[in-house]
Amino acid sequence: MNRRFDLVIIGAGVIGSAIARELSRYRLKIGVLERGPDLLGGTSARNSGVLHAGFNNEPGSKMARFCVEGNRAFDRIAAELDVPYKRTGKLIVGFTADDYDRLLALKARGEQNGAPGFEMVGRERIRELAPAVEGEFALYSGSTGILSPFQYTLGLAENAAKNGAEFFFSHPVTEITRTKDSWLLAAGGEQFETRWVVNAAGLFADRISDMLGIPGYEIYPCRGEYFLLDPRLGPMLPLPAYPVPNYKTGGLGIHLTPTVDGNIMVGPSNEYIDGREDYAVTQKVMDLLIADGSRIFPHLKREFFIRNFSGIRPKLSGKKTGGYHDFVIERRDDLAPRAVNLVGIESPGLTAALPIAHEVIRLIREIEPLEQNPFFDPIRRRIPSFRDKTPEQQAELIRQNPDYGEIICRCETITKAEVLAALRSPLPARTLTGVKYRCRAMMGRCQGGYCQTRLADLLMAETGLSREELLYSREGSWLFIGEVHPQ
Amino acid sequence: MKAVEKKIVIIGAGPTGLAAALRLYDRGERDIVLLEREREPGGILRQCIHDGFGLTRFGETLSGPEYAARFTERAAGLGLEIVTGATVIGLTSGRVVTAATREGLRVYRAQAVILAMGCRERTRGALSIPGRRPSGVFTAGVAQTYMNLKNTMVGREAVILGSGDIGMIMARRLTLEGAHVKAVFEIQPYPSGLPRNIEQCLNDYGIPLYLSHTVTQINGDSRLSSVVVSEVDGARRPIPGTEREIPCDTLILSVGLIPENELTRMAGAQIDPGTAGAVVDEHYQTSIPGIFSAGNVLHVHDLVDFVSLEAEALADSVLEFCSGSLRGCPIEVSGEGCGHVIPQTVSGKADVTVSFRPRRPMRGCIVSAVQDGKRIASKRLPRANPAEMERLSIPAAAFLSQSPIKVVLQDD
Repeated sequence: MNRRFDLVIIGAGVIGSAIARELSRYRLKIGVLERGPDLLGGTSARNSGVLHAGFNNEPGSKMARFCVEGNRAFDRIAAELDVPYKRTGKLIVGFTADDYDRLLALKARGEQNGAPGFEMVGRERIRELAPAVEGEFALYSGSTGILSPFQYTLGLAENAAKNGAEFFFSHPVTEITRTKDSWLLAAGGEQFETRWVVNAAGLFADRISDMLGIPGYEIYPCRGEYFLLDPRLGPMLPLPAYPVPNYKTGGLGIHLTPTVDGNIMVGPSNEYIDGREDYAVTQKVMDLLIADGSRIFPHLKREFFIRNFSGIRPKLSGKKTGGYHDFVIERRDDLAPRAVNLVGIESPGLTAALPIAHEVIRLIREIEPLEQNPFFDPIRRRIPSFRDKTPEQQAELIRQNPDYGEIICRCETITKAEVLAALRSPLPARTLTGVKYRCRAMMGRCQGGYCQTRLADLLMAETGLSREELLYSREGSWLFIGEVHPQ
Repeated sequence: MKAVEKKIVIIGAGPTGLAAALRLYDRGERDIVLLEREREPGGILRQCIHDGFGLTRFGETLSGPEYAARFTERAAGLGLEIVTGATVIGLTSGRVVTAATREGLRVYRAQAVILAMGCRERTRGALSIPGRRPSGVFTAGVAQTYMNLKNTMVGREAVILGSGDIGMIMARRLTLEGAHVKAVFEIQPYPSGLPRNIEQCLNDYGIPLYLSHTVTQINGDSRLSSVVVSEVDGARRPIPGTEREIPCDTLILSVGLIPENELTRMAGAQIDPGTAGAVVDEHYQTSIPGIFSAGNVLHVHDLVDFVSLEAEALADSVLEFCSGSLRGCPIEVSGEGCGHVIPQTVSGKADVTVSFRPRRPMRGCIVSAVQDGKRIASKRLPRANPAEMERLSIPAAAFLSQSPIKVVLQDD
């Protein structure tokens, strides 16, 4: 039996989820195929979490246009989806005369791209904005912000699901064939029949593009490593601080970014690698992060390290060319009718996700009218967070729901109520990491030393999975071999 | 929020909290509450099902749960107030304690607060071990919780990083339950756990211990598939060319314990970077009057027996504090040749015992307390070992002045 859809999106990252959410405004039967066992297994969870202003990209490019638009539209979408974010502003700090000229050029480009709120600032103003940051002068970008990439992706996906989109996890697409007027996709041992296909496969977008019959693209995975620092240090850095970028390398330089949850991230590095899923961290890069990061933020010390991790940029520009290749968002009626192909959606893809989704809709509407979904509800709410509340509010939360009185994650003060919400959400967590991304348990300084065993118990109780079936994150990442003493 | 007045609030009902509470009770104090986040008291002892506890305190060898039961059963019999399922989320310098429970927030205003929160384990992230992020990397204590409290087996082929006591105990435990423990690797040139554990947990089971070795790479996309270990030089840097890949599905980390002082910081008490615990005087009082600290939250101990003894000494001080008769402690204490010294200040008016850990293994050494350039107390140690805590008593009569004391550990 084929599963039938009007439109199937391949990939449930922030881009696929944004497309699903925006398309769920219309009367369409939408399916989303995700290869991983849960949301947030790839690039969407592994980035700096910055709401970019749009001064890094070529004027006239889709990257520049969608970044500026995405930044401007973010207040509204964040309110609709209950996404934690903050317009912190950002400093790009320089030391030399050459740096100064490059910052002026950045400012001019940002203004040309239509981004607001730039200002050249001196040493004193840097000290006022971020007392711990070193620099002779800086470009201040007022519209830059920070956001939770986890909650943004979850919010888009959950809201899409609420409005009717169906998500299929552990469904990697293995074959695509074209019949007379529909597409047939083999994924996760099932057949999906659909009129439209949207390729939002991120690191694998070139392969899906090939399967669709649009050849010629190649993704060059480019890894960035990060350190995550103890929130004790958080108050030292109220806004992101970047060095002057070097565009030849295709990254933005080792920077320091506060997270909406009060940590600081150091990174990312920029290194072309062979494996698309080689999420390794290396001694070489760690040493580099410490050396470069300390230049603008001298408080970087090992005692504050909580974790390190890496993310992988799906770049269309290879090592030889470097830099950025514009987003590919195209309809190729000649090669693949009724397909929208997205390739090379790297930074600033998180900021640009919503305008990218609107571009996909525009491409569809060029050849097919879309009818409004009268039941579309734009609102998604998270369960209230216990730790952000006053004692009076906390007492009230416990009165309403005693699970709020049970602290599961002591470092981040996450309660059983919040863990259960992650396990009972519209797209519930199915792995330990899935629980972590949804409610932040295990993200603190003890890294699950206290709560991991409790989370495993709750995960098994809620999902009915056995010890042997429980996964840490991706497919095959089993946690246990069974009972010590079979009972 | 309305606060309940309480003379003494104890945060944590593990070995420290229980020993302190019982001592307070024995001294006639009844207005005490213990706040415990777990469902039952006993602390980490509940999962330490091996024996070797109690030789100093009780003169016999007990398992962890048996050692804990000596305290929990007595506490239950006496009707001591222990609130379980209560996680303290707030502590002020004015000694207001806020705990979350399923029944609501509990707020206490205390005359004295005893910090007895214990410690946590150092993680992979804190060490920044290079490599991928597969499942199968556990800290020793987490693996111990899974195996001993949750009846859950964590893997088949294991490598242990770090020769801490829990790591060695888990090496034996995994072996007894059918796993193959390939080796224990220790970055230091000497073991970090007790000699008796090397004997009873490793040698008895033929598990090799490699000193001056560390894990330099973690492999595996989904589950751990292997680790790469390297020899390290005197500065603990991996030596190129010594890499060796060891297939395994489980890596157990026993790489150090960190006193859990988030509440201590919240209250604004001064922290000693050497111990990662509070700075205390000879009464175990922190820099905030009426807030006391002992056990593993103060400094990581080798044996629980000494935790109990320390907690009992603390309890005596708390009563003196409540009656307003605590001596001032103007004399600063620091260490030389030892990692840190507890307490950091003393009165010079009473006999006092200082605790310290040697920085490196030594044979035939002498520890002395030096004041005004003169040795005021000393003791010979046939051997000293970073894994073991050492003590030196200084009689009240020995103090010469209020000048700082230096505790010096040197070769004899």
